[in-house]
Amino acid sequence: MTAGVESTRHGGLTPLLEVRHLVKHFVRTRGLWRPPTVVKAVDDVSFTIAEGEMFGLVGESGSGKSTTGRCILRLVEPTAGEVLFRGENVLEFPRARMRQARRDMQIVFQDPYSSLDPRMRAGAIVEEPLIIHRLGSKAERRARVAELFGLVGLDPAHLSRYPHEFSGGQRQRIGIARALALNPALIVADEPVSALDVSIQAQVVRLMLELRERLRLTYLFIAHDLRLVENICHRVAVMYLGRIVEMGETHALFAHPRHPYTRALLSAVPVLDPDAPRRRLGFDPASFDPAAPLRQVDPAHWAAV
Amino acid sequence: MTAPLLDVQHLSVVFDGSPSSVIAVNDIGFQIAAGETLGLVGESGSGKSVTAFSILRLVQPPGRITAGRVLFEGRDLLALPEGDMRQIRGARISLIFQEPMTALNPVMRIGDQIAEALTVHGQTTRAEAWSRAVELVEAVHIPDARRRVRDYPHQLSGGMRQRVMIAIALACRPALVIADEPTTALDVTIQAQVLDLLRELRARYNLALLLITHDFGVIAEMADRVAVMYRGALVEEGPVRQILRSPAHEYTRGLLAAVPGAAGPKGQTRGQTPLQNDCRG
Repeated sequence: MTAGVESTRHGGLTPLLEVRHLVKHFVRTRGLWRPPTVVKAVDDVSFTIAEGEMFGLVGESGSGKSTTGRCILRLVEPTAGEVLFRGENVLEFPRARMRQARRDMQIVFQDPYSSLDPRMRAGAIVEEPLIIHRLGSKAERRARVAELFGLVGLDPAHLSRYPHEFSGGQRQRIGIARALALNPALIVADEPVSALDVSIQAQVVRLMLELRERLRLTYLFIAHDLRLVENICHRVAVMYLGRIVEMGETHALFAHPRHPYTRALLSAVPVLDPDAPRRRLGFDPASFDPAAPLRQVDPAHWAAV
Repeated sequence: MTAPLLDVQHLSVVFDGSPSSVIAVNDIGFQIAAGETLGLVGESGSGKSVTAFSILRLVQPPGRITAGRVLFEGRDLLALPEGDMRQIRGARISLIFQEPMTALNPVMRIGDQIAEALTVHGQTTRAEAWSRAVELVEAVHIPDARRRVRDYPHQLSGGMRQRVMIAIALACRPALVIADEPTTALDVTIQAQVLDLLRELRARYNLALLLITHDFGVIAEMADRVAVMYRGALVEEGPVRQILRSPAHEYTRGLLAAVPGAAGPKGQTRGQTPLQNDCRG
């Protein structure tokens, strides 16, 4: 695994985030007399994200991709591993220091319906991180919120509206504005457009790409939509049952998938052409070693084969 | 030319409200021939699900059908007495929902739920219905069917539950199946399996399929013809190749362009050319 981590530092770009051997086990107790069961949600995951990069983390339900994102921000405490942000291990930070660090690392959630407090006005939702971190005077905060509204394409005249008065796409813009309030460097976007209609998806994705340029943001983009990831991410990692089974530059990985799971996953994506040959690849979990380490198969491409 | 299996003419549905009512479906018409698959595409709120519910007369107040005819096997479903309608619902026309967990009864064995579809329509005795249920569970490729029929929905995975939904829908050998986003809640590999299953059963039973979806990939894989809905109206209808390759309506073009990774006419990716205006504000 270490080899994969080292060699993903590519192109002379400094890594902003380095995840090393991240592990998260959920222990489920089953009563007094039965042994607890352990779910290895994240099982030795390592990857590096360069400054300014859009890094895709894909997988199906239960693959551990969301848990990985949450562990990085310590919204879920990892069982083991290191999360280096600008070279410092955030997992060792005490509470106050971690709170500081969260200014630089923010999350955008999937569901803009349940992730915004329905009883708070949109302006207050975006302002809240500034109050928590005691930034600016009241007037300065207000100006900053108006600026953020403009940045994400919302009308500052709607500051005093409640979340239910916005459409799904607009709500996700509020979620993004809130995440941007503290000027973060890294955004963990956990399925940020999955709940939206396809035309609205395209608008929110375009906004995220624009913001990356303007604010020099780095994204960990967690998604299950492979077509979307193929289009917007520089590099991508495929997770299966808590492990990264394949990782590499997006075009290389999509053009020449090496792991049997990645191949099956890509072959399952419906193609827009009715006459395209449909060769669905079956997938037999027994056909590969689940503990196989990632090894380099091409210059910018690793697979656990 | 033989009459189509389903012929929807000038259908309108209004949701009453104050101060203003909403026209959810606005004077739409389409046909489906026996064995044919029509894909009905549109975004949230376009009226595609309301259209499906109208065909089965399942629109709940404040919604009401204000105009139109729904000719099925030569009879106008909108003019039938409720008793006759019940003979059609679930038997000649059946429905597959998006979310199998909420559509199945959580406290009933799946075998009983499939058998119920048969006994409600008075086609069989209970014992026969149970053995038919086992056959149907086999037909949708759930392994170990004899044991699985005794399971409750929570014991099955999402893909398995959707297979059970399909088994219930097929129990009475319908001529038309309406599938409302049948794979939207599923992972992509499971979606592929369910689509393969639908394709196999469609051929085996010569089913007509009204497939409601927002995913043009699913449309490309399954549909013979496509109808596109926008704000309650049908903006475009035609053979699947024509709609996907040379859409005539601006809305269809925008919708297709918004699909990530759709190869453009010059081989460019279209992912970064979304709809011109934010339709819903």
